[in-house]
Amino acid sequence: MKPEELKYTKTHEWIKIDGDVATVGVSDHAQHEMGDIVFVDLPKVGAKLEKGKQACVVESVKSAFDIYSPVSGEVSEVNNKLSEDPALLNQSPIDNGWIYKMKVSNADVSDLMDFKAYQEFIKTEVH
Amino acid sequence: MNTNTLRKTALNSTCRKYGGRMVDFHGWELPIQFEGITKEHNAVRTGAGIFDVSHMGQIFVSGPDAAAFLDYINANDVKKLENNQGCYSHLPNGRRGIVDDVINFCLDKKSNRYLVIVNATTTLKDYEWMLENSKGFNVKIENKSGDYSMVAIQGPKTISIMKKFEPAILKFGRFSIVESSFNGEKIFVSRTGYTGEDGFEVAAPHKVINEIWEKFFELGKPEGLIPCGLGARDTLRLESGYLLYGNDIDDEHTTYEANYGWVVKLKKDKFIGKEIYEKQKAEGLKIRLIGLVTETGIPREGCKVFYQGKLTGTLQSATFSPTLKKGIGVGYFDMPQLKPGDSLEVEIRGKNIKATVHDLPFYKGGAFGKVYTEN
Repeated sequence: MKPEELKYTKTHEWIKIDGDVATVGVSDHAQHEMGDIVFVDLPKVGAKLEKGKQACVVESVKSAFDIYSPVSGEVSEVNNKLSEDPALLNQSPIDNGWIYKMKVSNADVSDLMDFKAYQEFIKTEVH
Repeated sequence: MNTNTLRKTALNSTCRKYGGRMVDFHGWELPIQFEGITKEHNAVRTGAGIFDVSHMGQIFVSGPDAAAFLDYINANDVKKLENNQGCYSHLPNGRRGIVDDVINFCLDKKSNRYLVIVNATTTLKDYEWMLENSKGFNVKIENKSGDYSMVAIQGPKTISIMKKFEPAILKFGRFSIVESSFNGEKIFVSRTGYTGEDGFEVAAPHKVINEIWEKFFELGKPEGLIPCGLGARDTLRLESGYLLYGNDIDDEHTTYEANYGWVVKLKKDKFIGKEIYEKQKAEGLKIRLIGLVTETGIPREGCKVFYQGKLTGTLQSATFSPTLKKGIGVGYFDMPQLKPGDSLEVEIRGKNIKATVHDLPFYKGGAFGKVYTEN
């Protein structure tokens, strides 16, 4: 997947919609800001997630970060590789470090940012 | 974050130049990390790392009663220190707590010159405490924290760096100090640190600290020296069972409760808080600082800890241990009899996670064994 093909939230998750399946992860910018990721508390398969609500938690050495679901739906698959090797999220936040897939009923992502808008958004957020 | 009010060290722009990610640390702008906490942590455990610790304070004590005065305000025995020697100690507050944890150095016993290295957030508090308690002692107490910067080089490979920087310190073991000079300025080189590895700290006037930092990089290049931030400093110190003032010790907890009983020298004639320590030793402890490890999940400061379903305490400091690759934490538990291997539960984000009582320190680095000395 290319970062240009994804949609982004203001809380730095990315989402890719493929039919009624959505794949979710955190952006390259976000993994960089978090630092060395050492634990991913994956959601449970079958869990019903609500758009904008907490989906799971990613922890770096220093602190814990909430991951919010970009859309509503039911978790259909989780990336178990992250349990073994959480650093995948730093090394490859999109291809190997995706977090979960979900079945979505309403895949409306028109309110989310495209890559270009997200790049602009990051710039305004820089402290 | 209002960056205008943050205090900057003399190494601020150098840290930025080296890629430091700057944060507000108790009012000081300091790097939380450079390339990454894990890499920096491992560099110190196996190689060499350099830290800007300029926020630490330097209080000089001199005069005919300097040794007697320091002995009076410290739980540890300062009077026995000879030239070039130092000791880690607690300043008891005379109630049931600690003013600060410090390192006392004897610079020159004959001329009664001592240096006390204190924590950043407590520098002024310590200085005022010393002044208040110096009545009847013929001493001069000078807070020179504003005049000095400090860097720490830490890790097994810092010995070869120090051989070229100030070999005199290598004649002595841990907690030693030598007075030296750099580009005409007087500096203090000690064999101390907050990482659990062998290493050195250099206190120097602001105007030469950047040159010292660069000199260490030049000498440390073959050793793979890398800059390290506060993040690695915290994981290194917690693995080593070192206390963080404000988290693990404070004005409400005693040295015994913090598991640092070896610091208290009850054989000394008289010192602040002696009666309180004696009483506590006779009565036994009601709470004690205890370490735990978790297999999954990372405990954090403030997490509640349960023993057989009953709340026993909360974590004062907790993090992920890059060396053990597990969550680690310490807290005051109301069951001082807990021993390594006992099962506990930690509440992490509403879920109870299995934990096990662990010996302190969690990991014994090079500073815990015999260190290399030159004779």
